[in-house]
Amino acid sequence: MRFQLTMEQRALRTAVRGVIGRGPSAGRWGPAAQFPAPLEGGDARPRLDRALWRALGELGFFSLRLSEADGGAGLGLPEAALAFEEAGRALVRGPLVATHLAAGEVPGAATGEVVVAAADGRLVEWLAEADVVRRGAEGAVPLRSVDPLTPLHRVPAPAPADPVAGLLTAAEQLGTATRVCELAVQHARTREQFGQPIGAFQAVKHLCAQMLVRAEVARAAVYAAAVTADRTDIAAARLLADEAAVRGARDCLQVHGGMGFTWESEVHLHLKRAWVRAQRGGGVTESEELLAADLVA
Amino acid sequence: MDLSYTPEEEEFRARLREWLGKVLPTLPPKPSPDDWPARRTYDLGWQRMLYDAGYADVHWDASPTVRLIFLEETEKAGAPYVGANFVGLLHAGPTIAAEGTPEQRERWLPPMLRGEEVWCQGFSEPDAGSDLAALRTRARRDGDDYVVSGSKIWTSHAEVADWCELLVRTGPAAPKHRGISWLAMPMSLPGITVRPLRTLAGSAEFAEVFLDEVRVPVANRVGDENDGWRVTMVTLSFERGTAFVGEVVACRRVLGELAAEARRRDCWDDPVLRRRLGRLNAEFRGLWRLIQWNVSEAEGGSGVPGVGGSVFKLRYSHARQELYDVAADVLGEDALDLDRPWVPDRLSSLAYTIAAGTSQIQQNIVAERILGLPKGR
Ligand SMILES: Cc1cc2nc3c(=O)[nH]c(=O)nc-3n(C[C@H](O)[C@H](O)[C@H](O)COP(=O)(O)OP(=O)(O)OC[C@H]3O[C@@H](n4cnc5c(N)ncnc54)[C@H](O)[C@@H]3O)c2cc1C
Repeated sequence: MRFQLTMEQRALRTAVRGVIGRGPSAGRWGPAAQFPAPLEGGDARPRLDRALWRALGELGFFSLRLSEADGGAGLGLPEAALAFEEAGRALVRGPLVATHLAAGEVPGAATGEVVVAAADGRLVEWLAEADVVRRGAEGAVPLRSVDPLTPLHRVPAPAPADPVAGLLTAAEQLGTATRVCELAVQHARTREQFGQPIGAFQAVKHLCAQMLVRAEVARAAVYAAAVTADRTDIAAARLLADEAAVRGARDCLQVHGGMGFTWESEVHLHLKRAWVRAQRGGGVTESEELLAADLVA
Repeated sequence: MDLSYTPEEEEFRARLREWLGKVLPTLPPKPSPDDWPARRTYDLGWQRMLYDAGYADVHWDASPTVRLIFLEETEKAGAPYVGANFVGLLHAGPTIAAEGTPEQRERWLPPMLRGEEVWCQGFSEPDAGSDLAALRTRARRDGDDYVVSGSKIWTSHAEVADWCELLVRTGPAAPKHRGISWLAMPMSLPGITVRPLRTLAGSAEFAEVFLDEVRVPVANRVGDENDGWRVTMVTLSFERGTAFVGEVVACRRVLGELAAEARRRDCWDDPVLRRRLGRLNAEFRGLWRLIQWNVSEAEGGSGVPGVGGSVFKLRYSHARQELYDVAADVLGEDALDLDRPWVPDRLSSLAYTIAAGTSQIQQNIVAERILGLPKGR
């Protein structure tokens, strides 16, 4: 049993991280200029980073599971999960899951030339900005999205949940869970109060420890589900990763104090994105019901 | 990322299954939990059977993956748990194997493996629990002996133990971590008084051990004098490693039984309860994957479980308590009936966030040793 990442998988992760890190919006989480504040912008909407999208396409982010004959890399769900974890970690915006799933079916999706949106659960992300809109988006109406980096439409009938979409979502959540733990620890090490780093206070320390515990349990579950591709494993991975991301981001905000409550801070973006993802594919309730049914199957 | 086992590992699993299928029906009935002498006999008898079949040293000698398979399969087959052999096989044994001299290994390890001697762990004291290094039990050198006086508490299985892995203070003037030594103390020596303590579950699982001028041979010291703290850390990392594999398998079975019971009792229609059970399913599946992750990591490294064990223990001890709390909700007023299944387990689950390092201490360990946060005061 070699559950750990192979050399190739590590290399893939580094490559994805590198492309995302070089993208035009890299390192620009801080300045509010990066995205419109609802108070200033009125109808202003976030824009897709098309250059990053194409760079991801070139790297094979969307096509990696296609066979080599179809222009892909013939890789599997574990590699896709690692790539999506990195995207989640870096708050990459855009309908990544829908475009990845459209690769090989919608021309241009695999290479990153075409951006594809699709309904997932009761929502469509990036409907107006996408080049192609797939399944279930009929009758969609916009809503004022809580996440400034994810425009949302509501659809009247929920789209059926796709297990692969669920797994990729869980991988993104894992990325968030890992990132918010890092951010909290960084802040806890450097911010001083009462003459010492706040990370020396147990109340803060224990928040951070629990963030790591949740992230590591989620990691094991997400990677395993990527290997087995089993529906129940995926549902379990989703629940654990949703929890690790949402609660992790909440605790990260707490560790940041007043700074965490500001628009400039990166923290709220992670929390809001985690909320958006947790709604996909029927959300928490559906996963819990599926796992309950599994117990009496 | 690969969750498959090698052909050799699968063969080990198949042989073990076959053997379990043969021997388990021949076991005598399980003794009552209150009858310690009978439990000792039963647990040692099982260890002897493992020894004869070549499985005795699986906890130390086998690869982490083989250990995982062993613990998984024995639990699934309903085989006895390590029981009274716990300290020997999972604490003292691995410590002696790692730190003992050849003579010490020869003296203590074979009887442990053959199921002839029971060990207990004399670490905690009334004034040294979480702060274990504050222990005060004194050992004064007198010729070839240490003369030991003090008291230990919460010593599991002390009543039926032949040996005690004992932490004593040999260097009273040194800083607290540097004045401790690790001794193997025969429980039959004059000056030892064992007083059983009842747990909140009503059983006598642990005891107080009073030591009054007990003469322990210097030859029974493992590791150097005053180097006992380091020696102890080897032991504790084993305790938090694969020790819980069988229990996670058992928890998953209980969860299935619980869902079936919920259906019988018509509370399955309650969506809140049902979803809590669903969430617990996710929880224990995740914990199982984390075990596989840790085992796979240990496979690549030293084989000694590391701080990852603290991450696991934190989450697992909480999940186990939640499992039995949900069981109580399924049982309703029957949760107050000690003769119902799960009710005694609910009580014993309460120890999990305390024993072997409390959850608060584990969180300190995770925060300081994994995340690198500054040590607090
Ligand atoms: C069922 C069972 C079996 C046991 N078996 C054995 C055995 O065989 N041999 C043996 O040697 N010991 C054994 N123990 C003892 C066990 O290791 C101790 O109980 C444990 O380490 C806690 O110590 P304590 O009971 O003195 O609690 P304390 O250390 O007094 O802790 C009390 C509370 O204070 C908190 N606390 C203490 N220090 C800190 C800190 N620095 N930061 C934050 N919170 C803190 C704790 O988390 C806890 O909530 C057993 C215990 C149990 C419950």
